[in-house]
Amino acid sequence: MGIKIGDKPYAERIQAGIENSFMRQAVSSAQGRFRSGRLKAAEELGDWEDWRTLGEEIRHHTMENLDYYLHQLSEQVEKRGGTVFFAETAEEANAYVQEVAKKKQARKVVKSKSMVTEEIGLNEALEKSGCEVVESDLGEWILQLDEDPPSHIVTPALHKNKEQIRETFANKKGYTKTDQPEELAAFAREQLRKDFLEADLGVTGCNFAVAESGAVTLVTNEGNARMVTSLPDTHIAVMGMERVVPTWEELEVVVSLLTRAAVGQKLTSYITALTGTRLEDETDGPEDFHLVIVDNGRLKILGTEFQSALHCIRCAACINACPVYRHVGGHSYGSIYPGPIGAVLTPLLDGYEDHKDLPYASTLCAACTEACPVKIPLHEHLIRHREIIVEREQRGAKSEEWMMKGFAKWASTPAAYKMSTKMARTAMKPWTKDEQIEKGPGPLKGWTESRDFPAPAKKNFREWYKQREKRRGEA
Amino acid sequence: MKVSLFITCLCDTFTPDVGKDTVQLLERYGCDVDFPANQTCCGQPAFNSGYKQEAIKAMKQMIRAFEASQYVVGPSGSCVQMIKEYPHALKDEPEWRERAQAVAEKTYELTQFLVEVLHVEDVKSTFQGTATYHPSCHMTRLLGVKDAPRILLENVEGLHLIELPMKEDCCGFGGTFAVKNAAVSGQMVDEKAQHIDETGAEYLIGGDMGCLMNMGGCMSRNKQDVKVLHIAQVLNSQ
Repeated sequence: MGIKIGDKPYAERIQAGIENSFMRQAVSSAQGRFRSGRLKAAEELGDWEDWRTLGEEIRHHTMENLDYYLHQLSEQVEKRGGTVFFAETAEEANAYVQEVAKKKQARKVVKSKSMVTEEIGLNEALEKSGCEVVESDLGEWILQLDEDPPSHIVTPALHKNKEQIRETFANKKGYTKTDQPEELAAFAREQLRKDFLEADLGVTGCNFAVAESGAVTLVTNEGNARMVTSLPDTHIAVMGMERVVPTWEELEVVVSLLTRAAVGQKLTSYITALTGTRLEDETDGPEDFHLVIVDNGRLKILGTEFQSALHCIRCAACINACPVYRHVGGHSYGSIYPGPIGAVLTPLLDGYEDHKDLPYASTLCAACTEACPVKIPLHEHLIRHREIIVEREQRGAKSEEWMMKGFAKWASTPAAYKMSTKMARTAMKPWTKDEQIEKGPGPLKGWTESRDFPAPAKKNFREWYKQREKRRGEA
Repeated sequence: MKVSLFITCLCDTFTPDVGKDTVQLLERYGCDVDFPANQTCCGQPAFNSGYKQEAIKAMKQMIRAFEASQYVVGPSGSCVQMIKEYPHALKDEPEWRERAQAVAEKTYELTQFLVEVLHVEDVKSTFQGTATYHPSCHMTRLLGVKDAPRILLENVEGLHLIELPMKEDCCGFGGTFAVKNAAVSGQMVDEKAQHIDETGAEYLIGGDMGCLMNMGGCMSRNKQDVKVLHIAQVLNSQ
């Protein structure tokens, strides 16, 4: 699939989101649950701000020394019998996994939830080389059956309700029972069990890799990742190159932040740490383990003013806090990474050409920055993106550019400013009725489609002040 | 104490009463208020749209206008926060950065100035009615002014405050966002107007004219019978 989803232009995607009242209802109630969960979990911890600071320091330190920790990680993985592959691009990562699948003569691949494999389009690549790929995370499985992209990075099928899920199961898998969540989940479990047993290859993402020991950790609630990593003989973990922590000590901090910020849990049901292949005296684990470390545009973010975007631990707290996301839903962003972090990351990873509207999909209210457990200044990154789009990329609309040039002249010439505020009321007169503008011209058109705009006052403040001073002088 | 009023372009043009109330309120507490006539707009519309060079022209004008002041006080969290951004925005021009820093350090939002500098928590105003308060995003999250408006409003005699549901949520204004992403902005402000309606309040009070124009415009269109007031108007009510 790749990072970009769909070909519809931004305005159409947004409109489709706004019109999807069911999806908005689902998103709104999920946001409510996640938010109150996060706030409660943060309060419970007591010193949330200190934890955030610690999280930020850990991520900052790791990014500053990324080469060191990745080197250490790869040495440790290899020492414990694994193979490490550094992929510069999505194509290189996919080709490597295809190659392993070919060597193993793999026909069936089971996966647990992983955003980076969505980003590189691994499923399509494996299908192309003849493998059957089965997503085993419940949300991802639903989406796979429906051929629908994720709309959220933690709960990918957030935009669907149980009735829609029942229909999908009925149409694609012959499901005959009700839309009770327990029955739906039991059906999925039963269906997937067969796939786990038949699979030749298990593919997972990696929440964090621990450099000091070469362990790959997975944070889940469904337990499916344990099946993926213990039943097939071969396990391939794919990770974004920034997803490393120095030691177990730092892991404890970032995992605590992740589970609390994401879903308001102290810990998720399963936190799995996998270190190396099965040894002779062990009964569990894969015979063969591969770690694919993916760059795909990350390295070029390092050392830039956007470096802190790499601090992201994919908790989605910013998405859950975002009022724009609530009204348009994940698919409107046209990227598998939606919401504020998506609007920051997507243009960095995939360029401005297809994503130049994303940095503007925010009121800069900073709810995202406030929610982020590792203190990424998301709204500041969005402003910086806008500067680049306008100044370096020259992608601003011409009409807007002229307006802003006019603005600069107006705001730096007091005489012009004074004159215009004085004349504003007269200028707006043709559109004014009962002190309101119901259908405004030019830039006000969009505003007045859904709300009134006030008429400028009869006498502006500075005239009042001037007259008052005059009166005082006379008195 | 000498205070220069930073009126903001919106209050200057659309709601001069807010300026009058701000002046009277400050004078009531012994401030010697002046109005530097060469002030214009803080530059935020250009800055937040990515037109930094254009915004810098506005910033420099504002720095020139307020350099000589002892204190600068404005009835807007968002516009005051913009001035706080000046030193960072001008980081590549050391001389201007320093001048910006000096202005930023002496600039305050109205309620912040009353509580933090003048140490006034009760302005002895009287206002009869039920109201709900919208804490605007830049004022609370960026400028960090969360308690001052609440403290001042709680001490207004006759005023009955009702908590606004999901009050932390943005109203959808976002400056040029309301123009560029008008449809999304419209949905956001509709939701906000609904929450205001749920409180049953007669008045909506806020500290930022942009947000108030947005919510007021929506409620006017919806024929919602809620009057919109800037906090300065309530605090100066006798």
